[in-house]
Amino acid sequence: MVIAKTVDGEIGIMPQHAPVLGVLVEGGVLRVKREGEGDLVAAVHGGFISVADNEVSVLAEVAELGSEVDVAAARDALDRAQASIEANQEDVDAAIEAKRARARLRAAGEEV
Amino acid sequence: MGAQLRLLRRRIRSVKSTAKITRAQELIASSRIVKAQQRMQAALPYEREITRAVTGVVSNAASVDHPLTVAKENPRKAGVLIVTSDSGFCGGFNANVLREAEALRGLLAGRGMEVVPFVTGRKGVTWHSFRARQMGGQWVGFSRKPAYADAKEVAETLIDSFKDENGIDEIHIVSTEFVSMLTQNVVVKRVLPLEVEETEATDTTTIPPYFEFEPTAGDVLESLLPRYVESRIFTALLQSAASEEAARRRAMKSATDNANELIRVFTMQMNQARQAEITQEISEIVGGANALADAAAGKE
Repeated sequence: MVIAKTVDGEIGIMPQHAPVLGVLVEGGVLRVKREGEGDLVAAVHGGFISVADNEVSVLAEVAELGSEVDVAAARDALDRAQASIEANQEDVDAAIEAKRARARLRAAGEEV
Repeated sequence: MGAQLRLLRRRIRSVKSTAKITRAQELIASSRIVKAQQRMQAALPYEREITRAVTGVVSNAASVDHPLTVAKENPRKAGVLIVTSDSGFCGGFNANVLREAEALRGLLAGRGMEVVPFVTGRKGVTWHSFRARQMGGQWVGFSRKPAYADAKEVAETLIDSFKDENGIDEIHIVSTEFVSMLTQNVVVKRVLPLEVEETEATDTTTIPPYFEFEPTAGDVLESLLPRYVESRIFTALLQSAASEEAARRRAMKSATDNANELIRVFTMQMNQARQAEITQEISEIVGGANALADAAAGKE
């Protein structure tokens, strides 16, 4: 089963799902539940999920596997982004940056 | 040493150093082709999926009106993205692209459209600025190793102009397609407005599935189409980068071959000249000795 976060909310896709095209949110976490193995988790920033012919494809602008996330760097990025949000509430870039950092941390299995 | 001999030696030396340079360029280009091809391969799945998704949306939701899908009734301006290289030493690579771009310009002008060139690559930019042509946009510095961010930047400029009331009404790309190491073709493609018959033969046999959209078809299209244009431009840049290296390798290989042939001819001429000089010296010595011997014989 594939779980992704679209603009409308979380979507879970089981085998034989009807074709769907969804827009993914910035800073979402994608989870692929596999039989017999652990979950495959990735931080996905923007892009699409398309389901057709029993195939799920995720077209992301930026994606990172949870196992490859540099936790320290992500935490650092989150701290910096939050500091600049506190300094300036209108800072859109920092808000996106914080979202991304949070997604990366969650994908790595960290608590945020 | 004869003057001719010295001249030939000098020429051989200079041709040899040229051959060294061209040979090095050839080897560099060969190794770069492989990397460029790998980058091209890596981008293929994304391109394929996004094309499929766009096909899915457009064939499913014919009612969706999006400024990027609707062809304007009286297109007045056409944007042409011309993909050239930053550096030379690659044979007719840029000349071919620019010739094709000129042909397209003529064709579009014939339909009463004003053509706005958007150029990537230093060679194309100089070509246009030398002719004092107004460019809608120009980008240099990434022809050998284009990054997705570069394609995004180009795409944004094109899409902004496309959405603008007084901007361009069509987007075409003139670039070089990498078929194989030996074959690269210049291709002209229209990116926007979308062409319905663009679906590949393999797609026509399977009817695209009926998609559900999250949240709506319009929203999906809104964010999908810019990505699609970016992806098309990115592919064009990557293909062009691989083609550029292939063209450079070929040009440098024939330059090296020509240099080696020249060296062979010059070496032969030089050996002939040296031999002629030695023969002349021997006959002079023999002649001198004979004359001395004759003189000595005359005295007795």
